[in-house]
Amino acid sequence: MTVASSEIRLKVKLFFDAPDLMTTSTINRRILPGFRLSLGYTVAWLGLLVVVPLAGCLVKAASLPFDRFWGAVWTARARAAYAFTLTSSFASAWINVVLGLIVAWVLVRYEFPGKRWLDSLVDLPFALPTAVAGLVYSQLYVENGWLGQFLVPLGIKAAYSRLAVVLVLTFIGFPFVVRTLQPVLESLDAEIEDAAFLLGATRWQTFRRVLLPALVPAMITGFALSFARAMGEYGSVVFVSGNMPFKTEIAPVLIVARLKEFAYAEATAIAVVLLAMSIGMLLLVHMLEHWSKKSHV
Amino acid sequence: MSELKETSRGLSRHSAGRHDPLWVRFTLIAATVAVIGVLVIVPVVAVFYQALAQGVGAYWRNLTSDPDTRHSVLLTLAVAPVAVVANLVFGVAAAWTIARFRFRGRTVLTVLVDLPFAVSPVVAGLSLVLIFGLQGYLGPWLRVHDVKVIFALPGLVLATTFVTLPFVARELIPVMEAIGADEELAAVSLGASGWQMFRRVTLANIRWGVLYGLILSSARATGEFGAVYVVSGHIAGRTDTMPLRVEKLFQEYNTPGSFTLASVLTSIALVTLALKVYLERKTRHELAEAVIS
Amino acid sequence: MKMILGTSAGRLVIAAFLTVSILGCDNSGTAKVHSSSTDAAKVDAAPSQVELLNVSYDPTRELWRQVNERFVAAYRKEAARDVTIRQSHGGSGSQARAVIDGLEADVATLAIWSDIDAIRKAGLIADDWQQRLPHDSLPYFSTIVFVVRKGNPHAIKDWSDLVRPDVAIITPSPKTSGNGKLSFLAAWGSVLRRGGSEVDAREFVTELYRHTPVLDTGARAATNTFAQKGIGDVHLTWENEAVLEVAESKGQLQIVYPPISIRAEPFVALVDANVDRKSTREVAEEYLKFLYTLEAQQVIAENGYRPIEPAVLAQHSDTFPELELFEIAEIATGWAEANDRFFAEGGVFDQIYDSRVE
Repeated sequence: MTVASSEIRLKVKLFFDAPDLMTTSTINRRILPGFRLSLGYTVAWLGLLVVVPLAGCLVKAASLPFDRFWGAVWTARARAAYAFTLTSSFASAWINVVLGLIVAWVLVRYEFPGKRWLDSLVDLPFALPTAVAGLVYSQLYVENGWLGQFLVPLGIKAAYSRLAVVLVLTFIGFPFVVRTLQPVLESLDAEIEDAAFLLGATRWQTFRRVLLPALVPAMITGFALSFARAMGEYGSVVFVSGNMPFKTEIAPVLIVARLKEFAYAEATAIAVVLLAMSIGMLLLVHMLEHWSKKSHV
Repeated sequence: MSELKETSRGLSRHSAGRHDPLWVRFTLIAATVAVIGVLVIVPVVAVFYQALAQGVGAYWRNLTSDPDTRHSVLLTLAVAPVAVVANLVFGVAAAWTIARFRFRGRTVLTVLVDLPFAVSPVVAGLSLVLIFGLQGYLGPWLRVHDVKVIFALPGLVLATTFVTLPFVARELIPVMEAIGADEELAAVSLGASGWQMFRRVTLANIRWGVLYGLILSSARATGEFGAVYVVSGHIAGRTDTMPLRVEKLFQEYNTPGSFTLASVLTSIALVTLALKVYLERKTRHELAEAVIS
Repeated sequence: MKMILGTSAGRLVIAAFLTVSILGCDNSGTAKVHSSSTDAAKVDAAPSQVELLNVSYDPTRELWRQVNERFVAAYRKEAARDVTIRQSHGGSGSQARAVIDGLEADVATLAIWSDIDAIRKAGLIADDWQQRLPHDSLPYFSTIVFVVRKGNPHAIKDWSDLVRPDVAIITPSPKTSGNGKLSFLAAWGSVLRRGGSEVDAREFVTELYRHTPVLDTGARAATNTFAQKGIGDVHLTWENEAVLEVAESKGQLQIVYPPISIRAEPFVALVDANVDRKSTREVAEEYLKFLYTLEAQQVIAENGYRPIEPAVLAQHSDTFPELELFEIAEIATGWAEANDRFFAEGGVFDQIYDSRVE
C-alpha cells in the first residue's frame, strides 16, 4: 500500500513540478504532423494581432524627437503616475501574499462547512467585469455606503483615495496568490511535518523552518502575477480613485487623459514606458516560474 | 487507481492539519471567511441589492425599456463570442506548436502568447487606434475602402480579441504537456492521418481544458472595459458594450439602471464560476488518470 | 462542437464566419442589432430609414434626448420618413478630435467655436458653415455659474472667493472640455472686466488652478466628481448643467450666480464630408433648422439653456436671472485667438498647469 501510494505521489509531484520532463524531444517534429501549419498560423495571428499593434506603439513613440519624448514621459505628473502605479500595485500584491497565504492554508488544510463555496468564490475576481468591481467598490466605501458608514467615522477613507485604489487592486489580484499556493500546499509531504513534530519542534518552528521555505517560490510567483495584473488595471480603478493627478492617478488613466486631448504621441510615449514595465514584469514572472520548477526537481 | 490517490491525498491533508492547535485553526478560518466575505461576498450582494432596491418591476423596466441598454446587451453578445472563438482556434494551434515541439524561438513565442496578459488594456486599445484610426498607419487606406474599424464594431472585436488572446493557449499548454504525446505518436504510427489524429486523440484529450479556457475567455471578453473604452467612440446604441453602458448610466444619474446592468454581468460571472468549478473537478480527475496510467 | 472544430470544413466555416462578421459589419449591420422604436409608413422613393449621428458635448444628453424625440415626430409628419438619431457625448475638444479621427458625425453640436473650427480646418466642414443657419449657427447660449453644497458653507459669492485657502474647486480640463475652457475664460475675464491687467488675470487663474484637485475630461464627469463622489467645495459648470445637478441632488446642492460671467456660445454645424458620403444632407439640414422652431426653443429653455429667440427667452425670465455676461471679444480678439493663446500646446494654460507641482 505504502509503495503504491508513494509512487502515485511521485507522479503527481512530477506533474505539478516538472512537466517538461514528460514531453518528448525533437523526434516529434518528424513524426507528429502539423508543425508547419500550426506554427505558421500561430505566428501569423500573433504577428497581426499583437506584434504589429505594439510595434506601432514603439514606432510612434520613436518618431518623436528625443526632447519631446522625454518631455512627455518625464513630467512631474507622469512621474507621480508611475510612482503611484508601482506603489499601489506593490502594496496590493503584498497584501495579497499575506491574505492569500492564510486563505490557501485554510482551504487546503482544514475542513469546515461551506469550505467548497468559499473555495469557488476565490475565483470571482477573475470572472467579474472590472467595471462592475469598480462601481460596487466605490459605492460600498463612500460615507453612506454599507462599509463606509463604519469606516469613515474612524477616519478610513476607502473611496476616492489611495486606499481605495489599493483595495480594489487587492480584489483584482486576490485569486493569483491563492491559486498559485494551493497546489504547492497540497503536494507538501505530511510525513515531514510529522517528523518535525516528533523531533520536538513547535508548530511555529515547523511552519517557519520546514513549510515556509517550500512555499516561498510559489509566493513569489503569486506576488509577481498579482503585481503584473495590478499594474495595467484600468476599468475598476477609474471608478474608485477620483483620478486626482499627483495623488491617485495611475498611468493608464494618464494615458487616456492624453488620448482625450488627442496628444497621440505623448500618450504613446507614456504607454511605451508602461509597456516596458509590464514586459519587465512578464519576463520576471517567466523566470520565476522556471526557477521554481527547477528548484523542486 | 484514482480513488487510491484521492484517499492518500486526503489522508495526508487531514494529518497535516491535525497538528495545528485549535485556536490557530479557529482564527485562521475566521480570517479567511472575513477576507473572502469583505472582498468578494459583500460586493456581490451589494450589486444585487442596489439593482433590486426599487423592486422587481423597476428592475425589469431598467433592463428592458431602454433601447440603448438593450442594444448594449446585444452588442456584447455579438462581440464576445467572435473574440472567443477566434482565440479558441488560435489557442489550440499555439498549444499544439508549443507543447509538442521544440524549436528555436519557442521561448520567445511563449512570451509573445503571454504578452496581452501583461499589457494594460488601455495600451492595447491605443495601439489599435494608432494602426486603424483615421490618423493611423492604415487609416487613409481604410477610409478609401470605406471600412470602419475604430469607432465601430470591428474595432470592438479587435480590442476584445487582443485582450483575451492568451486565455485558451495558457490553459492548453500545460495540459498538453502533462498528457504527453504518447497517444498521438501511437495514433500516427498506426496510420492515422494528421486530422484524424487531431480529431480523435488530441481534441478528445484536451476537451475539458478547451472548455475551461473558453469559459475564462468568455468571462473576460464580456467584461472587458479598458481596451474597448479607447476604441469605442461611446455612441450610445451603437458602440457601447455592457460595461461601457454601466459607466454611462452611472454618469447620467441613473444609478439603479447602472446596477441593474451590473447585476446581469455579475450573474454571468457567477455562472462562469459554477461552470469553472465543475470543469476543474473534471480536469483534475481526468488529468490524474492520464498521469497515472 | 468539438467534432465540428476537428474537421477542416468546420474550421473553414468558422473562419468564414469570423471574416464576414468582422468585415461585413458596418452601419447596416449594427442597425439591425438595435431596436427601432418606430413603425413607419414606407415611402417608395428615398430609403425610409435614415440614421443621423449627433456628436455633442458632455452635459447635453438630456437636452438632445428630448429634442430628438420632437424632431423625429415632426419629421415623420412632414416628410413621412423615419429618422433615428444617435448621440455621442464627451468633452467638446475630445469630441472634435474624434470627428477628425473618423467618428462619422452628421452634425457637430459642440461647446465652443474653436472646436467646430478645428473640424473645419481638417476639411470636414465647409468654410461658410456659420452663415448657413440663423443667428450665426447659434441656437442657444449659456454661461458659467457656481454650484456649492447646501447652505453655502464657504460663503462663496464671487470669483475672488474661489481662491480662498480652504476652497477646493471642481472644473473640467480645458484641454478636453468646452466647460473647462469657458471656466478659464470666465475667470480670466472676471479680472479684466473689473479693471485688472493681464498680469493680474494670469495670477488669479494660476491660483485658481492650484485649488483644483482633479480635472475631469468633460462637464458631466466633473459633475459626477462633485455631486456623486463628494469631492470639492465649489463646482464651476454650465448653467444648464448646474440646474440639472441641483435638481438631481435632492436639496444637497445649490446654485450661486456670480455677478459677472462669460457669454458661452455653443455653435452647431453640418459636417459636410460625412453627410455627403452618407447622403444624409437633407435630413441633417432639417434637423439643425428644427432647433430654431418655437417647439425646439421651448424645449431648450425648459432644460436650462438660454434660447436665442428673444421672445422665448423673455417667457422664461424667471429661470434665467439677469447676469452681466461679457463677450469673448472683450478679453480676446475672438474665439480663435483665445483658443490659440490660452489652450494650444504650450499656451497659457499649459504654462500655468505645468508650473504647479504638488
